[in-house]
Amino acid sequence: MKQVHMIMEYLQYPFVRYALVTGVLIALCSSLLGVILVLKHFSYIGDGLSHVAFGAMAVASVLNLTNNMIFVLPATVICAILLLGAGERAVVNGDAAIAMLSVGALAVGYLLMHLFSTSANVSGDVCSTLFGSTAILTLTRGEVWLCVVLSLVVSAVFLLFYHKIFAVTFDESFARAAGTNAGAYNFMIAVIIAVIIVLAMNLVGSLLISALVVFPALSAMRVFKSFRSVTLCSAVLSVFCAFTGIVVSILWGTPVGATIVVIHILAYVLFSLAGMLR
Amino acid sequence: MAQLICDHLTLGYDAHAIVRDLSFSVHAGDYLCIVGENGAGKTTLMKTLLGLHAPISGTVHTGDGMRPNEIGYLPQQTLVQKDFPASVREVVLSGCQGRCGLRPYYKKAEKKLAEKCMERMGLEGLARHSYRELSGGQQQRVLLARALCATQKLLLLDEPVSGLDPKAAEKMYELIDKLNREGVTVLMVSHDVHAVVKSASHILHIGETIFFGTKEEYLDSETGQKFVSVRGGVQG
Repeated sequence: MKQVHMIMEYLQYPFVRYALVTGVLIALCSSLLGVILVLKHFSYIGDGLSHVAFGAMAVASVLNLTNNMIFVLPATVICAILLLGAGERAVVNGDAAIAMLSVGALAVGYLLMHLFSTSANVSGDVCSTLFGSTAILTLTRGEVWLCVVLSLVVSAVFLLFYHKIFAVTFDESFARAAGTNAGAYNFMIAVIIAVIIVLAMNLVGSLLISALVVFPALSAMRVFKSFRSVTLCSAVLSVFCAFTGIVVSILWGTPVGATIVVIHILAYVLFSLAGMLR
Repeated sequence: MAQLICDHLTLGYDAHAIVRDLSFSVHAGDYLCIVGENGAGKTTLMKTLLGLHAPISGTVHTGDGMRPNEIGYLPQQTLVQKDFPASVREVVLSGCQGRCGLRPYYKKAEKKLAEKCMERMGLEGLARHSYRELSGGQQQRVLLARALCATQKLLLLDEPVSGLDPKAAEKMYELIDKLNREGVTVLMVSHDVHAVVKSASHILHIGETIFFGTKEEYLDSETGQKFVSVRGGVQG
């Protein structure tokens, strides 16, 4: 009861409400896209792109941009298109390209932050960008609105193109043969992923984003058998874990991102057990 | 009027031609088997017929009321599908996607069509089952039902029995024969001489020599005899 009372008290503060709203929306979007990425065997793209976003963030802070989204979002989108769009024509093949890009961006980002940072606590800055420690609790009103709008757009696109996304993901060559423009959908998916990753950096930091993308889908796949039930379950699960994680981290003062991921791990274990029992 | 006409096709990648000067036509109700050694260009030909790959020269026409996107395609299974969570119904219904355009949902008529295609493939009762838990033969039948959703006129089958055990393969051939008797034109890429000889009405052999004609002509020809003897002879 004491905890409930505490939560009610915390909810009076706008920053707590902002954190919950954005956290839940980001979790919803990342789980929707996560199902597709896991099924396309692209789980590591989230990871690679988040490192790119980290590098871009470093560049933005070196350039002293007031709103670093202006730089980070386009940079990440371009990398996503390059990674997903290159597909068969790529010079370096898929996983090698991702590995190269992700460590490269990480190194350049860290180096830049170290060389040009104006703040006294460089390792603190790096740590909070990587693990998202308190960023979610310091969101401004504008950032919250941006998050809300982008999340709604992503969900709407997903709903509208649900059947086409299924067809293209399940069997790209069949979809192409039937006249579906698979290239355009892959492009769309790449852009959406990049947007989600930049948004999610605020929530869990760039190192832990893949967890947000991958865990809900994998947990849902342990128990459910159809695409629709997997998608629904992973959305619900992701929202639940993000909500619980934020509440727990507020109550006990734990880092937000890591808490959410640990709850996802627990959920995965539970779902695996349930899957075995079925 | 033929459903599908290929006119002096040269196929290949970039400027490198694999198949030169290929001409043939397929009429409604034909059962055409496309045979040839590995690397002879069977896959490239199929992609060209589906409009996924442009020929270096020559043209592919459709006629007899066929539109270019009306070919029902049965691709080989991919790695992605092996552990894809999808119900049989979802997979079959996705065959109607080509009819949807930008419409975000399926109409009642399309759902009914999917039901009917599942029935034709003997999949009633499996609609709610998970695709990844089916046997290889059942999975192929699901994909065939999906292809039927896309068209009732012409099916293009890529190695439809590869990876199936003999019994499942036999059943698959029976289903294809049945569809062909019901008036569906069948184009099949196959390594399996047995099936080629048993069911096909026409043969297209691509490789060093190109042969196109009826099955009887093929078995009499030098190309045909060589191919059949290399592939283990005719049984039955």
